[in-house]
Amino acid sequence: MLAAIIMLIFICFCVHFQNTAGQFFSSGHTNNWAVLVCTSRFWFNYRHVANTLSVYRSVKRLGIPDSHIVLMLADDMACNHRNPKPATVFSHRNMELNVYGDDVEVDYRGYEVTVENFLRVLTGRLPPSTPRSKRLLSDDRSNILIYLTGHGGNGFLKFQDSEEISNVELADAFEQMWQKRRYNELLFIIDTCQGASMYERFYSPNIMALASSQVGEDSLSHQPDLAIGVHLMDRYTFYLLEFLEDIHPASKSNMNDLFKVCPKSQCVSTPGHRTDLFLRDPGSVLITDFFGSVRKVEITMEQPYLLKVQEKTYSYVDQLPVSEIIHQKPKQKDWHPPDGFILGLWTLILLVFFKTYGIKHLKHIF
Amino acid sequence: TLVARSLLANDFQEELVIRPLHSGDIYASFQFRTLWETDFMRENKVSHYRLFPKSLGQVISKFSVRELHISFTQGYWRTMQWGQPFLPSPPGAELWVWFQDSVTDVDAAWKELTNVLSGIFCASLNFIDSTNTVQPSASFKPLGIVNETDHRFLRYATLPREIVCTENLTPWKKLLPCGSKAGLAVLLKSEKLFHSSFFSQTVHIRPVCQDRECKTTSWELRQTLNVVFDLHTSGQGKREWSLFKMFSRTLTEACPLASSSKIYIDVTDNPQEEYFELSPATPLLSQAVVLGDRRTFSVYDLTQQLFKSVSDLLPAGSMLRPLLHAERYVAGYGLQTGEIHTVMYNNHPFRSFPVLLLDSVPWYLRLYIHTLTVTSKGKDNTPSYIHYQPSKDRMRPHLLEMLVQLPPHSVTEVTVQFERALLKWTEYTPDPNHGFYVGSSVISALVPSSVAMDTNITQEQPLFSSFFPCKEESSYFVRVYTEPLLVNLPTPDFSMPYNVICLTCTVVAVGYGSLYNLLTRSFQIEEPNPRLAKKIANFIRRIRGVPLLS
Repeated sequence: MLAAIIMLIFICFCVHFQNTAGQFFSSGHTNNWAVLVCTSRFWFNYRHVANTLSVYRSVKRLGIPDSHIVLMLADDMACNHRNPKPATVFSHRNMELNVYGDDVEVDYRGYEVTVENFLRVLTGRLPPSTPRSKRLLSDDRSNILIYLTGHGGNGFLKFQDSEEISNVELADAFEQMWQKRRYNELLFIIDTCQGASMYERFYSPNIMALASSQVGEDSLSHQPDLAIGVHLMDRYTFYLLEFLEDIHPASKSNMNDLFKVCPKSQCVSTPGHRTDLFLRDPGSVLITDFFGSVRKVEITMEQPYLLKVQEKTYSYVDQLPVSEIIHQKPKQKDWHPPDGFILGLWTLILLVFFKTYGIKHLKHIF
Repeated sequence: TLVARSLLANDFQEELVIRPLHSGDIYASFQFRTLWETDFMRENKVSHYRLFPKSLGQVISKFSVRELHISFTQGYWRTMQWGQPFLPSPPGAELWVWFQDSVTDVDAAWKELTNVLSGIFCASLNFIDSTNTVQPSASFKPLGIVNETDHRFLRYATLPREIVCTENLTPWKKLLPCGSKAGLAVLLKSEKLFHSSFFSQTVHIRPVCQDRECKTTSWELRQTLNVVFDLHTSGQGKREWSLFKMFSRTLTEACPLASSSKIYIDVTDNPQEEYFELSPATPLLSQAVVLGDRRTFSVYDLTQQLFKSVSDLLPAGSMLRPLLHAERYVAGYGLQTGEIHTVMYNNHPFRSFPVLLLDSVPWYLRLYIHTLTVTSKGKDNTPSYIHYQPSKDRMRPHLLEMLVQLPPHSVTEVTVQFERALLKWTEYTPDPNHGFYVGSSVISALVPSSVAMDTNITQEQPLFSSFFPCKEESSYFVRVYTEPLLVNLPTPDFSMPYNVICLTCTVVAVGYGSLYNLLTRSFQIEEPNPRLAKKIANFIRRIRGVPLLS
């Protein structure tokens, strides 16, 4: 009897343990990556950099480390000479929140943010000398968050005022990623004018997309700061940041809450989303599946030992050895033909001329 | 015993030098030095790193680097107002590397090295390629121990456009043994550091002598940070400063891994404490000869006393005039031609000394070297050594190196005319109307010194006076950088391809289209559509086989 009760308790415990373990792996991903891109240059596009940095900040706070984030900023706002407070990028008026912070690692900056580099990062086709921090080293168990912001239109996104990426190119890039098994699930967020046009052409499975405005609508900026002189954030990302500030690594909020961020009353544009390519039900997808991180930590206590060698005398080099430098190159003399050579040459030419054509031409010359 | 020995040969020192400048600014120079007696070049790789950062150690062994010097600078050092810096650096990013003799393909190693460093320092160093790399033939001799100097293994590049911000400072701080958690690095907060007139962070790696006999060498990693605060614009009205006001942080303790952690305040202009006083006061005074000048410093040792902050008043008085100083500017008008002028000042009253001028000009400014003139005091001054490597379009920049003797108390001017090239439309940056940068000229010189320099290279010297190796007592080595130039190139109108396509297509459509229509269109008569009753009647008639109504 007692044995039966103990057996029952043990089985219940196992089932409970199985449930929590099952819950842990139900989403099927083992690591998280984020690719955050700001595509606008120039000081008056301060708000796009602030947008990207606020998503970067939330994603870091929820656990994704710098080594798993590829941050691309097309221009430097923090140390820009027009910034009245250097090394800061603010998202709220009255300089409440500095989203730049003290610990930031930008992987692609300035002129490196191009359509080609962005597509190469996504598809993994980078030159062999690219360092690890600039690569998206995801595998088929990675959940990737992709955030784009900048100026866009119906079917394209503008990079640095000189080139565009179209929605067809982006959809093809995601298909390449799917075929190379570079993601498990992908969340695509875009905050530009007519952003919904960018996700219209996706056709690869397991992609969920959110945009700040529909086709034909403009995404609007939130508030200007009179001390800095520019608009600080876009509306959609501002309310997204406010929503994410309430999320903590153990939070259970799901994607349906994310779809409700920034209704038309706050955003003036209508945010849109697309979930038909996504296999799971959005209600069962946690926010932290994309914005947070799954990490495995291994601790080792080993300490290898070293060796040694050698015997010789060394000395420093002369920094400016004038005599050596002067005698380094042999003095170059200009070559002149030998004396009288040119005179003789012309005499010969004249002689041949008069021999051939007769002496009567002499009076025309002299 | 072997383990203990290798641990002892690993040493970390940190120091901060504060020098009030006569223009009302404060010059703060941080130096962090790690010494490690190890051999990166042997077969089985070094795997246990204690104080030396692993990322740099792996870079040294993978690319067979002998010496590496990299600097990131924001702002320009004003020599005439501030004097000579302890460690000079040009605006933007500068990288020069000496490779080991064993490297077979130096260019391939250079390309990979710049990419790896761009990942470590979060900077766009991958833009360094053959169009802005030069191989100086006489400048940039190695600053460390080396067997022989073959300039084939030297590469030098600058990126004058490179921006320095917190994202470069963060990985730099992470290379320090204590990070930014303890020791002097606690003071390095980006909001104050970048709100300054000049900011420069550098990393120097080289092999040095371990002791006076120099029988063994060890690897030295120096990380320096130079910053000049302008106390007037940053809100301090009175002429007094304190560590808290400058850095908005106070020091708590020395880095536990450091063997010495010191702060030096330059009090040379205040021998009897008549102009200003330091608080807390310290009895420790030390003298050091730096940059040809004997200066007195108050020393605070962080490892010994519990330390709060230092404050001081700014001095008045005269400053030692810098003996060598240079300027550079572009003359001319229009977008076709121009002239580059480099002006060098020798302020010594009676001694003349030679300087080595290194100029690297991008290929799109086509230099006319036959117009190169060097004049001192109005007369021609022929350089005793000239090395010129002409540029190759889209492949190599111009390299001009000259050894010029500067007469005493004189101004020497080097002028060369150039022509601007038209780039292909894909080669323009996204903001071409900003202009294109030309890197700073580098002037290396052995300046005669009135004070005898110390030629003993021992460990007891403070770090800031022992960077450049000193071979003779009567002169010291300086490197002066000029301003970078910003040159406008003729910029096309980038909307023209779109305009041309629209116009051409419209003209073709209107012109050819109309003509085609006229030639091929034929007119036919068509009956109007019959009414419904007539349609039904015709249908019945068709069935019956009777002729239809018209």
